[in-house]
Amino acid sequence: MKNLGQDEMAKYPFMADAGQYLKDQGFTLEQLGSDPDLQLIRDKAIHRIKSAADGIPYESAIKDNKAATKYGEANEAALAIEVFSFLLAVVLLKLNGNNLLIRKFSLAEARRAEEYLKKDLKEMSDEDKVEEAKKMIFSLSSITVTENKEKKDEFFIPVYDYLMHAVHFHEKEWKLINRHVEDGKVFLTSEKLVRLVRSELSNFISKKIQSAKSPSMVTEFIKPLEILTSLAKKYYIPTMVSSEYPPCIKHAIDVMEKGENLPHSGRFLLGTYLLGVGKSIEQIAPLFKNAPDYNEKITMYQLNHLKGSSGSNTEYKCPSCERVKSKDLCFATSDCDGIINPLQFRKKKILNA
Amino acid sequence: MLKQDLQLVDTAFKKYYFEHFDLISIPNRASEREFGYQKFNGGMNRHISIKSNEELRLMLITNIPSDVYCSNAYYSFPNLPMSEKDWKGADLIFDIDAKDLHLDCRQDHTCIKCISCNEVSALQSTCPSCKSVKIEIKSLTCKNCINGAKEEVSKLKKILDDDLGIKNEKIQVYFSGNEGFHVHVTDSPYQLLGSRERNELVDYIMFRGAIPETFGMKKSQPTKSSFVEIDAKGWGGRVSKHIFGSKLKRSKVITEIISNGYSVFQQRLDSLKETIGVKIDPNVTIDIHRIFRLPGSLNSKSGMSKVFCENIDKFNAFRDSCFIDDENTTVLANCPNQFTLKDKKFGPYKNEKVTIPKYAAIYLICKGLANTTLIQN
Repeated sequence: MKNLGQDEMAKYPFMADAGQYLKDQGFTLEQLGSDPDLQLIRDKAIHRIKSAADGIPYESAIKDNKAATKYGEANEAALAIEVFSFLLAVVLLKLNGNNLLIRKFSLAEARRAEEYLKKDLKEMSDEDKVEEAKKMIFSLSSITVTENKEKKDEFFIPVYDYLMHAVHFHEKEWKLINRHVEDGKVFLTSEKLVRLVRSELSNFISKKIQSAKSPSMVTEFIKPLEILTSLAKKYYIPTMVSSEYPPCIKHAIDVMEKGENLPHSGRFLLGTYLLGVGKSIEQIAPLFKNAPDYNEKITMYQLNHLKGSSGSNTEYKCPSCERVKSKDLCFATSDCDGIINPLQFRKKKILNA
Repeated sequence: MLKQDLQLVDTAFKKYYFEHFDLISIPNRASEREFGYQKFNGGMNRHISIKSNEELRLMLITNIPSDVYCSNAYYSFPNLPMSEKDWKGADLIFDIDAKDLHLDCRQDHTCIKCISCNEVSALQSTCPSCKSVKIEIKSLTCKNCINGAKEEVSKLKKILDDDLGIKNEKIQVYFSGNEGFHVHVTDSPYQLLGSRERNELVDYIMFRGAIPETFGMKKSQPTKSSFVEIDAKGWGGRVSKHIFGSKLKRSKVITEIISNGYSVFQQRLDSLKETIGVKIDPNVTIDIHRIFRLPGSLNSKSGMSKVFCENIDKFNAFRDSCFIDDENTTVLANCPNQFTLKDKKFGPYKNEKVTIPKYAAIYLICKGLANTTLIQN
């Protein structure tokens, strides 16, 4: 993605080499922070971060793939402001250092870029735009995208690439079974294709911020940074630890207490969960005493193995809710809403705390 | 296994590895794989690295294992502990086992052996003699079971080829040596998939987690035109074909589906996994560190070999995988079911002394339904 045009740069400012860009445009970072004529850029940078923190899509000055003249500047200047405000936002986030704000900003900027990618892909008549979007997706995710010439707004990618990305989604529609799969390819609309690489986009931006050189502080940054600090406070969510077990664990303990046979996967769940919440092997082992095939030596060996204190030293983690479900060991109640691993059951968010 | 039986089986297994080493097919990239073996009455020995045929032959002859395994994964250091092996990829593997097909014939050739009193009896949940619930289930697979498993293999191969783009030359089918088939896929882009991704493939192949929208049934205001055509590729077409039957019936069936509503259609899809989904063992496919039975080795559950099936339709499991010789052998057999090996019928035996070919004797001993030790002269 070298030699991006000004248009592409404004749409995907995270692809820009910040230092080089400023140099090319004849600016320094200090100027961005202090030049009174550049107040518009500073306001826009703060606006970008604020909107991201509030989860409101940032209203860009680029409309219909072209720079608007909303602010009265020439197109070229409007595009430059887009890039500058992004670069400045990155500087402020880096100075502030709050991870939550960085995450929210990265995600919002990713979603913003997604919109442009979608538009570019949909313009199938403009081959250059489609090629550019495909290249962008490839450089972010190594996914090779091909257009389905037989159907409008349809693309395909290798099943392998689809799986590597889609497994991170929890909605059922993203399961491979719910996609059109044929001859090693998964068929997707531009909307779904772009959604698939959102986390790559977001991670790319977030890494870019994390790895950016720490800029030197100038007095003009103090005020914007105070705004960021108060924003970060607003989004801090305290958590409470509940001592209650999730239903799958309650069920596993019940089965064990009754002396019924709990399958291997159930014992694995119980062992890894209890170890995960900090119980000791000595506290856990008695739970298995009623098992029809109980053998103290084997139980101790297996628990030690799960803990990683014997064998390969690998510490086994509690399986995900999805995995638990696939083994028919899930007995979810509404209290489980929003969790993806039984261990999260204990950390319920208290909203408005 | 009792001492005298162990001697008999050990000798037979050793002879097999001497005479039929050529049946062992060492997978590609052998030096990057982890080998493992078990001995009768012994634990598992794994993290073994084998670099040549000669090394493998030596390992088999000196140890006479009951079972031999080889990893589906390739590592930089296969002989080191798991965390230091440096995983480089793993073949896609599938296990299709007749016991997971739940066929009606199963109860006719399954019996139980009590762990407490050794009594062998017809299939039931408790031992009729001592009422213990600690029982082992013993199955002597029948032709119908093997045919059922063969059908699953063809369903799997079709999905691998048509949907996942894995061509037949990359797929090797083996009879497991006991009750099913092992399917290996080598040299495919899927070998780099991790466990979670393989779990998704498993759900795809088993038809798990499908939602009505995928087949055209929307939650609100469903329309006829959005339903998938019968000749569509992938699960869309297969499900449509199964539900509509024919193009002529399509319209009528869709009207019914729409009038029954979304959740009824969801239930229908959920139940379809039992019929059109492929019955693979999910745990095997999602395991990227598994040591899997080595092709050509003997299966200690039966004394038969895991053999390559060039033509699965013509493959006769009870003949083509039975390589132990037919020397007369006397055993005390307690087997309530009949079984066929090398086109000969055996049993049922009611705790009686019988002289049968060695392959049948070993089969029964491996199943725990015969022994030589307790024969009273």
